[in-house]
Amino acid sequence: MEKTSKKRKKTFTRRAFLKGLGGSAAGTALASKFLRRGLAAPPQEMEAAPVHSQKTVTFSVNGRTVSLEVEPRETLLDVLRQKLNLTGTKKTCDRGECGSCTVLLDGQPVYSCLYPAIRVEGKTVTTIEGLAYGDELHPVQQAFIDKDGYQCGFCTPGFIMSSVALLNRNQKPTFPEIKTALSGNLCRCGNYVKIYEAVRTASERMRKA
Amino acid sequence: MKNFKIAEPKSIEQVSGLLSKGGEKVSLMAGGTDMLSEIKEGVAEPDLVVDLSAMKELPFIRKNRDGMHIGAMTTLADLASDPAIRSDYPGLYEAALSVGTPQLRNVGTVGGNLCQRPRCWYYRDAKFLCRKKGGSQCFATRGRNKYHAIFGGGICHIVYPSDLAPMLIALDAKVVVVAPGGEKVLPLSEFYTLPSKNVRRENILNPNEFLREIRIPPPKKGERSTYMKLKERGTWDFALVSAAVKATAGGNSFNDVKIVLGGVAPIPWRLEKVEQGVMKKKLSESMIKETAGAALQEARPMEENRYKVALVEALLVRSLLSIA
Ligand SMILES: Cc1cc2nc3c(=O)[nH]c(=O)nc-3n(C[C@H](O)[C@H](O)[C@H](O)COP(=O)(O)OP(=O)(O)OC[C@H]3O[C@@H](n4cnc5c(N)ncnc54)[C@H](O)[C@@H]3O)c2cc1C
Ligand code: FES
Ligand code: FES
Repeated sequence: MEKTSKKRKKTFTRRAFLKGLGGSAAGTALASKFLRRGLAAPPQEMEAAPVHSQKTVTFSVNGRTVSLEVEPRETLLDVLRQKLNLTGTKKTCDRGECGSCTVLLDGQPVYSCLYPAIRVEGKTVTTIEGLAYGDELHPVQQAFIDKDGYQCGFCTPGFIMSSVALLNRNQKPTFPEIKTALSGNLCRCGNYVKIYEAVRTASERMRKA
Repeated sequence: MKNFKIAEPKSIEQVSGLLSKGGEKVSLMAGGTDMLSEIKEGVAEPDLVVDLSAMKELPFIRKNRDGMHIGAMTTLADLASDPAIRSDYPGLYEAALSVGTPQLRNVGTVGGNLCQRPRCWYYRDAKFLCRKKGGSQCFATRGRNKYHAIFGGGICHIVYPSDLAPMLIALDAKVVVVAPGGEKVLPLSEFYTLPSKNVRRENILNPNEFLREIRIPPPKKGERSTYMKLKERGTWDFALVSAAVKATAGGNSFNDVKIVLGGVAPIPWRLEKVEQGVMKKKLSESMIKETAGAALQEARPMEENRYKVALVEALLVRSLLSIA
């Protein structure tokens, strides 16, 4: 893995990077706004609130609009992994304690294991699978490879999602800012030093691009 | 996870209607970061979950002439990033940031934080039918009680886990409770109840009532506040002991001070004796320790949690001196 990645051209233009995110973070943020405005306008009369034992939800995953039926007990994590085959998002504790299930919801990192899928109606979800632009990895992914930001790799997708959320809103985070942003992700292999280094490297490269 | 139905009310009236329905087990869900774990563990088994997330009117932070109004569905992330909160109530900013992790603060709400259920490991384990779940004993009394209460325990030794509650009580916050007949406003300090009053719950809410809003009076001239939380490890954790302090300074002493502890009792625990002892006096480490020592005589630690007494003393010194 290391070898092929080294051969690949590693320069990123800002445009390519934005395009890479295009379908997900930047692009569909607009779409979801419209969608929500359309869905709002609830009938304010005192009619009974809707009650569901299942519901069809329509949302955007990695730039693709999907529509599927979910039960109230299904978490976003289970829907991503089992119904959408997006198994890059990992299930570890299933209790909001480790961060391996972190995805971006309208650009914000959340634990998908504690998020009811029925709530994603009209929202934008970005998973680890939605970061690369074609064959070109996201700068954070590339930096995790170059800086040995993982050992067993199980926590990595979650760490990368938290790092991407940080760098999207803060191009030049300080070390304490990096630590705080990643404080909801645990690495059982204890690879924190290398992880922080990867985020700093990604931050430098993204600013240069 | 046991299946349940989900209701998506869009108005206060609809929420009230759903909670008053009766017949089936109904639970309210805000962010769900606490309640979904309870359902996964089989500790909560609702038939119907009333999801507040579609309530457009519940997330808000408004600065009014009578103080700050905060909607129950305001996320902890929004609370912590509000500039007026940070400047007027620095202790509340610190308390909000001390909750869990960024991912939890993006979803977890103020209302959910104030109404979350206890973290006692016997309560959270469906295999233990403890007092709080309708059983006949508190397993912490003779079992593992490292994280349990040193004050106010009696028949059940949970500690109330909220980081916002002690700080908001120190800030004299009020809560707006919606009941089927209308609304009531009461001090947050009167919201929580001891196990001796009702061991099954932690607050005065009836099943058909819910929290709509929190109101904090405007800061007085010279007001300071801080929230300090001691944890067992560097990463996210619930408080072993926390201290919320609000004071107004005059000269080199406090004219007025309020101290509320977290992590030591089944409800946020006010230390009136210490407040009286340190008010209008020149603060020093030895003087705080002496005053704290007298108040801590009332602590009733168990086999594994005596260390909390020392932590309280240390935290009082640290927090009071930090804003003196
Ligand atoms: C790993 C982990 C770490 C955590 N760390 C902390 C921590 O350090 N400090 C801390 O304080 N908390 C912590 N929490 C607990 C929790 O995440 C937060 O307290 C959060 O603010 C709860 O808000 P919520 O909206 O998700 O609540 P929910 O889970 O939606 O609700 C919690 C409870 O409150 C009730 N409720 C919610 N809203 C209302 C309302 N408006 N009126 C009446 N009842 C209501 C619900 O019925 C439920 O019983 C942690 C949780 C996890 C999983
Ligand atoms: S699997 Fe969601 S936080 Fe661990
Ligand atoms: S690399 Fe193994 S858990 Fe983080």
